[in-house]
Amino acid sequence: MAPVRFDLSDDQEFFRETARRFIEAEVPISVVREWHELPDGCPESWWQAAAELGWTSLMVPESLGGGSISGRPIVDLTIVADEMGRGVTPGPFMPTNVVADTLARSGSPDQQALLEGVLAGEVVLAWAFCEPGGDWTASHVTAAAVPSNGGYALTGTKVAVEAGAQAQHLLVTARTADGVAQFLVPSDAPGVTVNPQESLDLGRRFAEVRLVGVAVGPEALVGAPGAAAEADVARQSLIMQLLQCADNAGSAAKVLEFTIEYAFDRYSFGRPLASYQALKHRFADMKLWSEASQASVDGAANALAEGQDEARMVSVAKSYVGDHSVELMHDCVQMHGGIGVTYEHDLHLYLRRATVNRGLFGTPGDHRVTLSKMMGY
Amino acid sequence: MDDFVYAKTDPAELDRYREEVETWMNENMPRRDPDNPWHPTQDDDLRSTRNRELQRRLYDGGYAAVCYPKEYGGQSLTAAHQKIIDDVSMDFDMPVLFSVPTLSICGPVILEFGTEEQKQRYIPAWIRGDELWVQFISEPSGGSDMAGALTRADRDGDEFIINGSKIWSTFAQRSDYALMLARTNWEVPKHRGLTMFIVPIHHPGIEIHPIQMVDRTEEFCQEFFNDVIIPAENVVGAVNDGWTVASRLLFHERAAVGNASPYTQGRHRNRTADGVEDLAAIARVHGGADMGRHRQRLGYIETLSRVEELLSDRVVKGIEGGFLPAPAGSLVRLFHGLSRTERQTVAMEMQGDSALVWDQGESTGAFGLEYVQRQQACIGGGTTEMARNIISERILGMPREPAADRDLPFNQVPRSG
Repeated sequence: MAPVRFDLSDDQEFFRETARRFIEAEVPISVVREWHELPDGCPESWWQAAAELGWTSLMVPESLGGGSISGRPIVDLTIVADEMGRGVTPGPFMPTNVVADTLARSGSPDQQALLEGVLAGEVVLAWAFCEPGGDWTASHVTAAAVPSNGGYALTGTKVAVEAGAQAQHLLVTARTADGVAQFLVPSDAPGVTVNPQESLDLGRRFAEVRLVGVAVGPEALVGAPGAAAEADVARQSLIMQLLQCADNAGSAAKVLEFTIEYAFDRYSFGRPLASYQALKHRFADMKLWSEASQASVDGAANALAEGQDEARMVSVAKSYVGDHSVELMHDCVQMHGGIGVTYEHDLHLYLRRATVNRGLFGTPGDHRVTLSKMMGY
Repeated sequence: MDDFVYAKTDPAELDRYREEVETWMNENMPRRDPDNPWHPTQDDDLRSTRNRELQRRLYDGGYAAVCYPKEYGGQSLTAAHQKIIDDVSMDFDMPVLFSVPTLSICGPVILEFGTEEQKQRYIPAWIRGDELWVQFISEPSGGSDMAGALTRADRDGDEFIINGSKIWSTFAQRSDYALMLARTNWEVPKHRGLTMFIVPIHHPGIEIHPIQMVDRTEEFCQEFFNDVIIPAENVVGAVNDGWTVASRLLFHERAAVGNASPYTQGRHRNRTADGVEDLAAIARVHGGADMGRHRQRLGYIETLSRVEELLSDRVVKGIEGGFLPAPAGSLVRLFHGLSRTERQTVAMEMQGDSALVWDQGESTGAFGLEYVQRQQACIGGGTTEMARNIISERILGMPREPAADRDLPFNQVPRSG
């Protein structure tokens, strides 16, 4: 089987292999199904074991106790996302890393002190961003941060907050008179209500977060309101989207692998499904989508790592991977026939998760509109 | 040999090379006029002369076919060097006519199978811009079933006598030589009775008929061979081992079509409907609120265009590193066919009614015409169906299609009336 990408260093390849073995040993698909019943989606002790492997330290610089594998932490992060996609592995991986990155870059020393717990897997972080009917851009944010008693009072409703009910701290994106601002708020602060939501994805956890006059001091601000906070929001959003794409590229590759195996094993009219040209051609298309998805993820990861044209390349990935990974899975359902639409078969676990990744932070259609605007039209 | 040779190259050396190429291009190659690019399909003579001149300029500067060995007129450099030339040359007129098939398909075949005399005689002539080659491979009886060739080559002492017909050779009437696949033994199964020849095109007994395409251009030709006499020294590889040669030719064709060949020079940019920038330009011209409905499709074309480049890089790296088998070039070929047809569809729709009905003297109908011909991108250079066969059979390892003619002597194989 071909590796995720073809330019990994030996260290990165070892990191990937370790992640895969850890997932296969600790969270095989039977365990994934058991964890669906856990309110928090995964045992705390497991998340701590994952953190020991470095899953929460990549975006945190060495000076704060973290460290990447390659010096290109974004790329390292996609390695884990890809493996988690292959395993439909639960866990607050995406929000914790995205918020940790912002704290490491823009947080105060007090806020950065939290990272020690993140690195140990003891502290989970969530990003309270999207609002009902919102379009996943900073401009849709209406949650208000009103100056009060030398600090702020936060009021607003956030939805689809991944790990919102598991996180000890929420990064809340709100609007001030000076523009968008971000605040780090303990999830048990007075005025904060966290209501777990249902999700198509049975593995990861999402919540609604209601803030009613939540009083925070000025020290809760993460970075400066206005342009600086908007830049942070943009980066958080791009990293989230990249990880969704890496997750979907990984899960699509995995689904294609076991569906190809099925096509060799399953006989119909005295010959394997894999011998029918009508099906072979569809597998060829799926292989194309899978490889092109991986190429899109690599392109977006490199763009983000190098800070070059990253908004465009991430939208390209969301536009391509979002559609083709999910279409690939639908086609694999079709290849399986009836068994593919049963609860018992694992296919829907992948399809559920991939569908959520496809839609949150903008559908492929949304990103195509974004791209057309970037083209100056 | 299953693969190109990719040498590792020092990044500092490549930076230096890029500077050198930029300086040289600026001083020596004609700059492309973005508003009126030289697009000579209307005048084949001009196209031929111009390409030969440009190739000669590259040769004189030491930038022609740099991946070819020095002893045959190249520079013995790496694919990375050629890519730098390609990048830099986007703004300049390049002799793209020499890229495919001469340098990227016929070239590596001669390098691999040619005799020393053949290499000395022919390779430098391409690189200098003196001789253009074409392929005489497809036949009117069928394009995808290449090994089913009916053109015959009968041995007569030191010569072969050729009879039959070939089709879809590009620009044959202005070219000089062709690689031709012909049947030399009818008593054995089809793959074992073929031989590859070098054929001079303007030669007694060869008639060339241009084929008028849907847009009335005449880039493709059909040739008829009537007792054409070719010396035996023009055989490439061994007599009756032409399929081995042809398989490698196909490999190089896929690489060339899939942008993965180190032997092409410059990039072919078809301005009318190829560039995404051009779609944005159409959008601006025909803009206004009405264009809102095209935004998603425009963004999708941008997506496909970027992903095609990324996929092409991935496949090259994958083959280079041994992560993907050589037939992975078919992935790029398939993607290209699909993305190009989509692009032409969107371009036509964005152009609106003026692609369908236009004022005299206007050129907007070109978008309609490109659309009508769009399946060319899924046919030429091996159909997308063949690409899907290759991907499923040679990358995914699925069972090969049953072939009724596999072990049958060729003269017993049923064929179309």
